[in-house]
Amino acid sequence: MSIEDKVMAVEKAFGALKALGRDPTRLEFDEVISPTEAVLEGRRTILLGTNNYLGMTFDEACVSEAKAAIDQFGTGTTGSRIANGTYGMHKALERRVADFYGKKCAVVFSTGYAANLGSISALAQQGDYLLIDADSHASIYDACKLSSAEVIRFRHNDPEDLARKLARLQGKPGDKLIVTEGIYSMLGDTAPLAEIAAVKREYGAYLMVDEAHSLGTLGARGRGLCEQADVEADCDFIVGTFSKSIGTVGGFCVSDHEGVEILRSISRPYMFTASLPPAVIAAARQSFDQMEANPQLREQLWRNARTFYDGLEALGFVLGPEVSPVVAVKLPGKELAVRFWNALIEAGVYTNIAIPPSTPGALSLLRSSISAAHSREQIADALDIFARVGAEMNLIPANKADRRRLAEPQGALRIVTGGGAPAKADTPRKAQQARASGAPRG
Amino acid sequence: MATLDSVQNDIIRLLGEKVEGDLTLTADTNIVADTGLDSVSVMDFVFELEDEFGITVPLDRISDVKTVRQLAEAIHGLILESA
Repeated sequence: MSIEDKVMAVEKAFGALKALGRDPTRLEFDEVISPTEAVLEGRRTILLGTNNYLGMTFDEACVSEAKAAIDQFGTGTTGSRIANGTYGMHKALERRVADFYGKKCAVVFSTGYAANLGSISALAQQGDYLLIDADSHASIYDACKLSSAEVIRFRHNDPEDLARKLARLQGKPGDKLIVTEGIYSMLGDTAPLAEIAAVKREYGAYLMVDEAHSLGTLGARGRGLCEQADVEADCDFIVGTFSKSIGTVGGFCVSDHEGVEILRSISRPYMFTASLPPAVIAAARQSFDQMEANPQLREQLWRNARTFYDGLEALGFVLGPEVSPVVAVKLPGKELAVRFWNALIEAGVYTNIAIPPSTPGALSLLRSSISAAHSREQIADALDIFARVGAEMNLIPANKADRRRLAEPQGALRIVTGGGAPAKADTPRKAQQARASGAPRG
Repeated sequence: MATLDSVQNDIIRLLGEKVEGDLTLTADTNIVADTGLDSVSVMDFVFELEDEFGITVPLDRISDVKTVRQLAEAIHGLILESA
C-alpha cells in the first residue's frame, strides 16, 4: 500500500467524522490554567479529559522540586541509561516506587506505554504464554506484538474464560503470564482481581496488573486495585504510569521478583530510549510524597466522581457499569458521539471521545475523567452543560434536564448559553492549586 | 471430528448472526472489509468459535486471516492439534 493509499484509508475512516467539527488529534489548548481548567478556542473550559485524578500537575511542591532539579541537573539526560548512565535520581525514584508498594524492586521507564511494552515483552518470551484481557489497553496489545510469546485473549473480566484457557495449557512447558488492568480506561470498570488471582494460583501462572488508572485512586494507601482487593501478595508484577495521578510522565514495573532486574539488560523499550529527565523524576518523587501525605485527595476524588456519575445517571444518560473516576457516557453511534463532543466543547466542557475500533463492544463513548481538584462548582457546571446540550440533542428527556435546573437553589444556575464560558470558570489559580494539594501550603 | 467444510459452514452460520443487512456470506467473504464488523468485533467473534469448538485461538494464528475460508482453515487446524 502506498503512502497515498494510506492517507486515503485514514480519510475514508475518519474524514466524515472530522467534517462534523473538530479533529481530536489536532485539538490545541491556548492556555492551561489549572489541573481542571484551560483556554480552548478562546473559551475557558472545564477539563474532564485529562486523567489528572489528584490534580498533581500544578501541585506547588511538585512544581518547585521540578524547577530545582532543572537548576541542579539540567533539562535532560540526552540518552538512555545503558548508554549515558544512571543518575542518582533515577535510583532514588525506583526506591521510592518500590517502597510505596512495599516491594523489593522497581524499574522505571520513560512512559507508561514503554513500561507495558518493555515489561511484558521481556518477561514473556519464546515458548511462554501471555493471557490478556480482551479490553486491554493498546500498550498491552503492542507489547504482545513485541513479545515472541504465544498470545491468548480471554473475555473481558471473565475469570472462568481465563481458567478454561489456562486449563488447556496445562502440561505445556513455558511461563504463563496473565495481564489485566485495575480500572479499565474506556468504561471505568474494575477487574475481578480476587477471582483472577484465585485462577492464577490454581494454574501456577504469573499475574501482572496495570494500575495506570488505579494508582492513587484505589486502595487505602492509593496503591491501586491490588491493594483494594487484597491481592497484593498474588500480584507478581505491577505496572503503572506517572502520567495520571502522579501528574507528570513516565512508567514503572514493580515486583518482589528480583528477576525484574533483567529488564535493564533485555527490555528494548527500557534500553533504547532516553531516560526520564531530572525535572520529571523530581516531580514524580514529590508527587508520591504528596499522595501519601494527603489521603483526603482520594476521598475528594471519589466524592466528585460519585456526584458526577449520579448526576449524569439522573439526567438519563447511559453510563459505564460502576461509579469510577472514569465516567463514560454511552452514545448511540459514532456520528452522534462526535456531535455531542463538539457541542460540549462549544459549551465549555472538554471530554475525551472514543469510538470503534478503539472501544470495547463497538461502543461510542464520551469519556470523562474526574479529579480531586475539580471544585463542586465545576462539577455542577459540567452537569448543567451536559443537561442542556444533551436535551438540545435529544440524548436525554428534556424533563430530566428541566428537573435538574429546578433542583438547583435559586441563584445557583450556571447554565451557559451561546458557547460562552462557565460563569464560575475563573477560579484563581492559587485557589485551584490549594485544592489540588488537599491543604493550603505556603 | 469436524471437517474443514463443517467448520466453514458453522462459521458462516455464526457470523451470519452478527452481520446486519442481506449480505450472503461465502468462503471468499472478507470478514472485515465486507461485513461492516470492526477488527475488535471480529476478535470478539472468535470467542464464540472458541466456545463452539472447545479450543483456544492464539492471536498469531489468525493475524493474517482475511476471508471466511482462511478463518475456517485456521480453526480446523487448531481443532486437529487439540484432538
